[in-house]
Amino acid sequence: MDVPSKGTAGGAQRTAARPPARTDVTVSVNGAVERIKVDNRASLLDVLRERLGLTGAKKGCDHGQCGACTVLLDGRRVNACLILAVTVDQAEVVTVEGLTDGTRLHPLQAAFIERDAFQCGYCTPGQLCSAVGMLAEAAKGRASAVTADLADDAPVLDEAEIRERMSGNLCRCGAYPNIVAAIGEVAG
Amino acid sequence: MTTDIERVTGTALDRVEGRDKVTGLARYAYEYPADDIAYVVPVPAAIARGTITGIDPGDALAVPGVLTVLSFRNAPPLAGNDPELRIFSSDRVSYRGQMVAAVVADTLEAAAEAARLVHVGYDAEPHDVLLRPDHPEAYVPEKVNPSFPAVSEQGDVEAALGDAAVTVDTTYTTPAYHNNAMEPHATLAVWSGDRLTAYDSNQGSSTARDMLAAAFGLEPGQVRVVSPHVGGGFGSKGTPRPQIVLAALAARAVGRPAKVALTRQHMFAVTGYRTPSIQRVRLGADASGRMTALAHEVEEQTSTLKEFAEQTAVPSRMMYAAPNRLTTHRVVALDVATPSWMRAPGECPGMYALESAMDELAVACGLDPIELRVRNEPEEDPESGLPWSSRNVVACLREGAAWFGWAGRDPAPGVRRDGRWLVGTGVAASTYPARRRPSEATARATADGRFTVRIAAADIGTGSRTALTQIAADALGVPPERVDVRIGDSALPTASLAGGSMGTASWGSAVAMACVRLRERLDGAGGEVPEDGIEARYDTADDIKADAAYARHAFGAQFAEVRVDPGTGEIRVPRLLGVFAAGRIINAKTARSQFIGGMTMGLAMALLEESVPDAEFGGFLNHDLAQYHVPANADVANIDARWIEEDDPHLNPMGSKGIGEIGIVGTAAAIGNAVHHATGVRFRDLPIRPDRVLDRAPQIGGRNL
Repeated sequence: MDVPSKGTAGGAQRTAARPPARTDVTVSVNGAVERIKVDNRASLLDVLRERLGLTGAKKGCDHGQCGACTVLLDGRRVNACLILAVTVDQAEVVTVEGLTDGTRLHPLQAAFIERDAFQCGYCTPGQLCSAVGMLAEAAKGRASAVTADLADDAPVLDEAEIRERMSGNLCRCGAYPNIVAAIGEVAG
Repeated sequence: MTTDIERVTGTALDRVEGRDKVTGLARYAYEYPADDIAYVVPVPAAIARGTITGIDPGDALAVPGVLTVLSFRNAPPLAGNDPELRIFSSDRVSYRGQMVAAVVADTLEAAAEAARLVHVGYDAEPHDVLLRPDHPEAYVPEKVNPSFPAVSEQGDVEAALGDAAVTVDTTYTTPAYHNNAMEPHATLAVWSGDRLTAYDSNQGSSTARDMLAAAFGLEPGQVRVVSPHVGGGFGSKGTPRPQIVLAALAARAVGRPAKVALTRQHMFAVTGYRTPSIQRVRLGADASGRMTALAHEVEEQTSTLKEFAEQTAVPSRMMYAAPNRLTTHRVVALDVATPSWMRAPGECPGMYALESAMDELAVACGLDPIELRVRNEPEEDPESGLPWSSRNVVACLREGAAWFGWAGRDPAPGVRRDGRWLVGTGVAASTYPARRRPSEATARATADGRFTVRIAAADIGTGSRTALTQIAADALGVPPERVDVRIGDSALPTASLAGGSMGTASWGSAVAMACVRLRERLDGAGGEVPEDGIEARYDTADDIKADAAYARHAFGAQFAEVRVDPGTGEIRVPRLLGVFAAGRIINAKTARSQFIGGMTMGLAMALLEESVPDAEFGGFLNHDLAQYHVPANADVANIDARWIEEDDPHLNPMGSKGIGEIGIVGTAAAIGNAVHHATGVRFRDLPIRPDRVLDRAPQIGGRNL
């Protein structure tokens, strides 16, 4: 039988048989403090979705290539699939579920509905969290690849700026013009 | 019940599930709760063709938390007629990435780790995964999808081409494309005795139910498929994919609910793709541009598992008048996954070639490309002789030309420069069939003054839930706020797929008629709703059988402005305008989104997307979103869609044509034609990548402008 021989001789040599390392993590998620023991292999995304029941953040690629899992980590937008949960001890995480103020929608959420800035909705939580993070970056004067004046500490978020800054969030339905319009409306 | 309210059909109603989608509350398949869920991770085949000589699950089973390893060695046989779904049925490997085993574990982390430790031995055989011209194994299939003859012939094309004053003879190629819906194909399967519930991501819960029942030898009534929210499909979730079968197998094997979500990488292997194509188009015309001959000959691929023959040349059978016509399809069965449905199968790749060739003919005739199309407008469907139910492609071209600013366009290629950019514009026509399929719906009035409509329709992002709400509201004569539309569950009345741009036409027909019936019953009851409600049901099967014979198609025109940098090969599309004639538009907001979404995919088809076959190892070289370029926000600039009013009484109760696919049809040709106008060079192989532009930089006009 043509079977690769790696580690197949017997149980004693099977190195994978150790129990997984787990670590206690204390993390604030949408304002609630969670104390959980996480598998050290687990991503923040999988812990949010599979352990905490917060399925708003989506898994589109699990490789940081699509942005569907975007959440805010200590106020910065990150791909939750690229963050190991074990590294977020003492951090603050905000997911799309945390954008709503009670029953009142975040202005970006309302603008996304009004402008039809989504179709299937699967990239939408990531787009929204990314937009929140992006607006904060721009407010701090961060330049993008299309910012003409890198010294400008208040870049104007025109369509080109929004497109560029939102290009880490793929939308296969092709709602981009509506996403730009929705964010532009909120950015003022 | 009020009847004097304004019609809501045609207005820009917000998506009724919009709030759920922006707050993260909309639940997709993998996100349903169940007790004690087991996680499933499949193992893909590492070879493209051969036999499995052994499977050693030992290391995988030793990973703590692993429950079992499934493969052909221990999986029960599955029934059903789709070989792509009869997973683990033999030791044969038919393509790289085919599922050969799967790990079931307590946690996702354990399953993922263990999947890499399943040792599979293979006896590999030589494989062939490359479609190429005149492949020795190419054959003419009996039918092309869904049931068209593979070859059609009218008159004598060869003689007409020989006699034509002007001829075009060109070959275009399109690569494989992957649908790449944002939500991976995913299923949570829950058995309760011999009853199975699958929370699944698909384009039709009735279809998925019937397939699942057949696979496991159950009655359809023993299976329920739940899919209220689906994160895109674009055809790839129409035919059920193997993850649904795998989840059910795994759940039964471990006696617990089990769920699987395919990885993005694995999606490139097992969720279908658009076949690559090689298309030769020959056109003959008299000196005034009236076509005398049209030949469209297509080569494409299928798999060794089953035949899937895309209907690529079919639009050339109805698009233009030409007394002599030949369309042919040949397929070759390669050691690849079976190609499948992707947005506008047939029309999308076929119209790319035809509409590119039309532009070449316009240049050869010295005619404006819009005028050329107008001159070749057929009075009736050229092949069937059927009258058009409505055909407004000329109106789309004319109105679009006015909106786009086409008048006064200098046809000379390669002469407009703006800084480093060469600038050009292009146009192409667009079409897609307008069909409907039988569906059932119920409408129920309750004593609280509300109405509930039930149908196993799917909303994969199209806005169908919202459109059906509008259709029901108008048929009932009530505001949409009083209507609840329940879809996405096979327990609801059986419905056709979200596919072929038939969804809203099919479901809307059933919904409208069920609501009309309910109104009649309510009127019969004196307008009073009994305590326990009142309900009506409608099945459109007989209506559709009685539909009169017409050629029913939506039409459109696509206009593109491109900028080409001959120094870097970069191409930008600052403006894209689509104008469509698609019957009555049911929702002005979501319809525009559908059109611009299709056009965006067409833009990417022209410039960005391409699945590159891996000749050495099989499968595709680029199999993730870093290497397969789904367009990003910055790739899309000013893109707009408009439509012209069309009153077509031969369609359905709404007077609507499908709009989900026509947006992608013609876009790539319009962009390619604009690139020619900008550069003076024809690029006949998609996508028009920077390296392809640079390869031909010496021929590009305007470099010294």
